Amino acid sequence: MSDNLDVSYDTLIPNNVGLSSDKRVLKALEKWHPGYISWWNDLLPDRFQKSLIYLRTAVSVDPKGWAKFDYVKMPDYRWGILLAPAVEDRKIPFGEHAGEPAWQEVPGEYRSMLRRLIVIQGDTEPASVEQQRFLGLTAPSLYDMRNLFQVNVEEGRHLWAMVYLLHKYFGKDGREEADDLLLRSSGSEDAPRMLGAFNEETPDWLSFFMFTYFTDRDGKMQLESLAQSGFDPMSRTCRFMLTEEAHHMFVGETGVGRTIQRTCEAMNEAGIDDPYDIEKIRALGVIDLPTIQKKLNLHYTLSLDLFGREVSTNAANAFNAGIKGRYMEGRIDDDHKLNDATYQVRSVVGDKIIMEDVPALTAINMRLRDDYVRDASGGVGRWNKIIAKLGVQFEMTMPHEGFHRQIGVFAAVSVDPEGNIISKEKWEAKVANWLPTKADGDFIQSLMVPCTDPESFAGWIAPPKVGINNQPGDFEYVKLHMA
Amino acid sequence: MAEPQKQHLIDPEICIRCYTCEMTCTVGAITHDDNNVVVDADKCGFCMDCISVCPTGSIDEWRIVETPYSVEEQFAWEDLPEQAELQSGADDNDAVLEAHDAAMAALLAEAHKGGGKAIAPASAAKPSINLYTLAKPIVATVQGNYRLTAQDSDTDVRHIILDLGGQVFPVLEGQSVGILAPGAAADGNPHLPRLYSVSSPRDGERPNYSNLSLTVKREEQGICSNYICDLEKGDTVNLTGPFGATFLLPSDPKAKLLMICTGTGSAPFRGFTMRRQRENAGQKHAMTLVFGARKPEELPYFGPLNKIPDSFMKTLFAFSRKDDAPKQYVQDQLRCEKDHVAKLLQGPDAYIYICGLKAMEQGVDEAMADIARGAGFDWAEVREEMRKSGRYHVETY
Repeated sequence: MSDNLDVSYDTLIPNNVGLSSDKRVLKALEKWHPGYISWWNDLLPDRFQKSLIYLRTAVSVDPKGWAKFDYVKMPDYRWGILLAPAVEDRKIPFGEHAGEPAWQEVPGEYRSMLRRLIVIQGDTEPASVEQQRFLGLTAPSLYDMRNLFQVNVEEGRHLWAMVYLLHKYFGKDGREEADDLLLRSSGSEDAPRMLGAFNEETPDWLSFFMFTYFTDRDGKMQLESLAQSGFDPMSRTCRFMLTEEAHHMFVGETGVGRTIQRTCEAMNEAGIDDPYDIEKIRALGVIDLPTIQKKLNLHYTLSLDLFGREVSTNAANAFNAGIKGRYMEGRIDDDHKLNDATYQVRSVVGDKIIMEDVPALTAINMRLRDDYVRDASGGVGRWNKIIAKLGVQFEMTMPHEGFHRQIGVFAAVSVDPEGNIISKEKWEAKVANWLPTKADGDFIQSLMVPCTDPESFAGWIAPPKVGINNQPGDFEYVKLHMA
Repeated sequence: MAEPQKQHLIDPEICIRCYTCEMTCTVGAITHDDNNVVVDADKCGFCMDCISVCPTGSIDEWRIVETPYSVEEQFAWEDLPEQAELQSGADDNDAVLEAHDAAMAALLAEAHKGGGKAIAPASAAKPSINLYTLAKPIVATVQGNYRLTAQDSDTDVRHIILDLGGQVFPVLEGQSVGILAPGAAADGNPHLPRLYSVSSPRDGERPNYSNLSLTVKREEQGICSNYICDLEKGDTVNLTGPFGATFLLPSDPKAKLLMICTGTGSAPFRGFTMRRQRENAGQKHAMTLVFGARKPEELPYFGPLNKIPDSFMKTLFAFSRKDDAPKQYVQDQLRCEKDHVAKLLQGPDAYIYICGLKAMEQGVDEAMADIARGAGFDWAEVREEMRKSGRYHVETY
């Protein structure tokens, strides 16, 4: 392949897109760079900026070189612009242009649609770093701290990826949008991030794990559909981001799994059989399973809202235009145009939830959400295996899709976790059983004590089965800066 | 019965089903159902592309099998099966696991014979085995070839640095690589590969420069050793391996090492020492090296060894042909330091490594027995205890 696999370091910004010979974009990015660095430096506590973190950095985008591990200070992390190798003669895989050569430049008619998709995706990346900025202070181990920072620097890199597309293909508008990505801020009154879930707090590590499991998984699904795009630079950008995103899924799934494991172990050690004996279990310094279920309910449903309305003309237009495809488009066996196809979506009629057929084109969001639900349920099943293996009688479940929703057909009604439409009064009476209360949050918060010895873990979480990059259990993943 | 073969597997308890490996695999060997992500043994060519992209480490699993697990069998797994005993018998089983290759396994089994059934230190990093084979070797470029012994000495020991050009070749201290001299033997068959211990630590002769070093002695009739010792900068060499799953460095920083070697038997210990220097340079009184040679001019790395502070590594030399000095062998040095050795042997963190000429095994064993007797304990008992817990290792030739 004639393509650049290796990352070149001949400019301030490592890249495999030949930046040094693209003076216009290089200049624009160099102008954007100081703002980014100052955003990063203001964000995380100083002590962590000066610590040495065992991070992976890509030195090329092929499998042999994209995960090199070494100690790095985060501000020195080589945030770069990395595109997956080009596929020769790639064709637009879906929509009305299916079969035509993929676009290497932005098609004029889809310019604003594309820009908006890129800005929304780009906005989520720095948002999550902002949400997680104080978690380092209460990391349950150096291993977890390292994983947090790995997620953070890669979200930072994903912001770069989107900013590159804006600078390279969208001229002055793109530059302005890129600047705004650094101006908005998670949870801000004046300039919040664009999507709801990205303005919520991530106050504790269980929230972080749930967030990386459920909310980053939405990111993965979105990236996967954008990786199908007929706009080739977008496709290549997102394909490479997906490889990194897998680590974030890993942090979430194993983080929740290890929390569950520790709870079950502590119950066994103390001879507690009843998972609902919450007070006794909490006294052991672990998070009781019903509370973990409530956290699951919260983060899962906030994440479902990110898929937008079930029936959406925007999504239909983006698909038809060949801009944003479906999850694993290449593996779907149909005409990839969907002119006559239908798809079943859920809808509310009176006090009943029904299934109805709608044109498949308008149900693109719904389909992606269904794929998401399937993908997310796998890990929940694996958590249940941990519980079963330790002999505790409890099963985590994913609540009904109508439960606790703010966007789409279910926003107007109250739905219990089993999927029954209930009255507002009943919702109010029961909600404390379903979603975490302030007291639940305070309890979880009380367990968040930092653990900074290489071999030790906070009491509420089990050590991982395998170290990062096959490192042994006592490996010093973070060499903390001692002030 | 089928020849045992290596099979690439995924640990279903650790895999998170992100399918990154499946998307990365260029030959379509990885597939999934609703339960598991699995590797099809008929298609996997061990290219290793999937290893680094896996976020979990679940994909770095290997078993030696007589009949590969089918895709359907793997779909049904809840957890990864342990390495099964092979039909060919228990001894073979362990040997095969050291190299995943019958010829290399036989060489290692012979080298490890003096130590009894070999068991890796519990805290050793997990070794990668036989990633590169005779059919698909890794090509390295000679970066340097330096004579370690004095020019006027009749012993020619070489320090060879090989550049791997950024290719993935994860080799741990104590592991070996196979080298095949080009050409054919008199009977027309290709030469048999030879095993050489790497003498650099896992991150390379220079950290992150993607290289490794070997310590090779020129043997008068040795086809492979002459081939290696004559290599010039820029030449390419075909390597196989890595091999060896037991003669490894414990990661436990509390481990106290007693390393006994002669000649090029020092190679793995150079790796051990450099690893510890890079990991934990401030460590004190945790390593003892007993090194035998005929004379100082013939002792590889004599200069650099003399620069290591005694507090980091206690170094004892034994010269058997030094002018104007009585003959000294490694066992004599052990006896001289009997209090130190006896104290070390009785601690739970002691690890013994013996590497070099087979002839030294007996002398060392006798010295240890004497030292133990003097201190009031039984060497055979302690040795067995150490071996069982992965703390006694022999690699001799």
